Amino acid sequence: MNFIAIKMLLGDRAKYVGIVIGLTLASFLVTWPSAIFTGVMSRTFSFVTDIGLPDIWVVDPTVQYIEDVKALRDTEVLRVRGTEGIQWAVGLYKGALQARLDDGTFQNCTIIGLDDSTLIGGPSKMIVGQLSDLRQASAIIVDEAGANGKLARKTSDGHRVPLKIGDSLELNDNRCVVVGICRVTQTFQNVPVIYMTYSRATLVAPTQRKMLSFVLAKVKPGADVPAACRRVSSLGLKAYTPSEFKKLTFWYFLKYTGMPINFLTVVTLGFIVGVAISGQTFYNFTLDNLRYFGTLKAMGTTNRKLLRMISLQAAQVGAIGYGLGIGAASAWGGILTGRTQIAFQFPWQLLLISAAAVMVICVGAAVLSIRKVIKLEPAIVFRS
Amino acid sequence: MIVAGPEVEIGKPEIQPPLAVRCASVTKTFGTGTAAVRALRGVDLEVRTGEMMMLVGPSGSGKTTLISVIAGVLSRDGGECSVFGHDYSRMSVDQTTQFRGENIGFVFQAWNLIPALTAVENVAVPLIINGANRRTAVERARHVLVKVGFDERMMKSFPLDLSGGQQQRIAIARSLIHNPHLIVCDEPTSALDSETGHKIMEMLRQLAVGENRALIVVTHDARIFEFADRIALMADGAITRVLDSPQEMLTKS
Repeated sequence: MNFIAIKMLLGDRAKYVGIVIGLTLASFLVTWPSAIFTGVMSRTFSFVTDIGLPDIWVVDPTVQYIEDVKALRDTEVLRVRGTEGIQWAVGLYKGALQARLDDGTFQNCTIIGLDDSTLIGGPSKMIVGQLSDLRQASAIIVDEAGANGKLARKTSDGHRVPLKIGDSLELNDNRCVVVGICRVTQTFQNVPVIYMTYSRATLVAPTQRKMLSFVLAKVKPGADVPAACRRVSSLGLKAYTPSEFKKLTFWYFLKYTGMPINFLTVVTLGFIVGVAISGQTFYNFTLDNLRYFGTLKAMGTTNRKLLRMISLQAAQVGAIGYGLGIGAASAWGGILTGRTQIAFQFPWQLLLISAAAVMVICVGAAVLSIRKVIKLEPAIVFRS
Repeated sequence: MIVAGPEVEIGKPEIQPPLAVRCASVTKTFGTGTAAVRALRGVDLEVRTGEMMMLVGPSGSGKTTLISVIAGVLSRDGGECSVFGHDYSRMSVDQTTQFRGENIGFVFQAWNLIPALTAVENVAVPLIINGANRRTAVERARHVLVKVGFDERMMKSFPLDLSGGQQQRIAIARSLIHNPHLIVCDEPTSALDSETGHKIMEMLRQLAVGENRALIVVTHDARIFEFADRIALMADGAITRVLDSPQEMLTKS
């Protein structure tokens, strides 16, 4: 009976194409915004992700998320170092500054100041130069996206020439020399990231009474990280494990921005489009074929076999629509990622979510159709 | 009560073919209350193997309802009805469906051929329903289609590309392919011109009527009465008379 089911499905080309297009749209519209949402949200805590070494991030207790920097006294590093179970602790500066470009315009940048002696908190991947070059006078390391994009020099004919080693930048009236190009995960703000030593950062950045943004700490081998966090927090600070700090940031954006609602709305609309086009068309397809299902029933096809036929039809269009939708989202994401700095992440969980959405549409349409066919009186075949 | 069956002359014992269909006091009502329509009001009918029985009557006389009950696609409200000794009311839905699949062939007024299947695939459907694999079923369908005058090209055609007569021939082949014991035909010639209708009935007569098989044809097409062995006249949900030969009907007309 399977071949009859598939031939019936393919026989009505217009409806078949309509169902597949609807499911493709649904799959695409569920996957695409979810992939962008995942990409955007992962960027909110990418700074923590990129610095893999510390076990503990120490911040002011009132900090709500990673960009909500509330400066600490430099002496807090020493207090954390002195806490039981802590192997080492270093300071890290994070702030925003405007870089003055050659053409006189300004570009916002994120400045990261690394511990002068250890350079802990530096970029995980250097493209050109070495991290230790930061110890040279006026040295900075610029991220690849910034060097090739927003900080690139403009030539007289309008072309952009990427920053390279030896080029200089003016940061708050301080001349800095590029000694390396690194690769970092794009942040939520997507501005260029500039690394320098902590002492240089405190010189370049506008002076405040307190300059330290974070204390990064490592616990001793075998020591209990949550217990160490509790001990550090008892100093009047707040200590988070990297995953806790990511969650704090993630939930801040979920709670205080309209992003989840926005993306959820788009995903819901995509789902509704799928239901409206595919579900409705599939149901209509069954209604149009009711006479033939009735004929099959009269000729001896049991309800169980009819159920299998309709399920097979739903599974066939579901699989093709899902595949095309996922393929389109993946291809479009690939194209845009190659040409822009779009936040696009496609984890395997998204494949499952999209599959579940398509499955719900197909099962829903199939159940409605099956109900109609099961209740069908085979005597319908004698009505002209 | 009219007992409709072949009359046997007293004093001349005759061995009659076995009963294919036996209906006694069959009733069927559609709807309830004031909207109720009594489609069958105590129908008695016997059809024997080897004969072509025609059910004749005006629209609304209950012909289609009666063959629906006989074919097991519609349940009756009262009375008794058995087909080759099987009473649908004592069978489960699945058993009835299976019985239909194995024992009953259908020829519909509107042919009901699946448009997405080729002629040969349409004919193969009853065998596939009964569990035959596709290749075997299609091979057997070719043989049956040859008997109704189809060539290879026509076998591969889709129903909508064929004429009404050709579609009806496919329907006949489909009703015969699984060697059913009972074939029910609902207005098989109503959508055909006189000549084609005549050919179709000749074909049915030649291929479908056999020793172990009975044929019930619902019609109001007087042009095909001559093909019947007996004719049951229906009116207002009951059989009013059974004619033992089509000549009686033609004389009556």
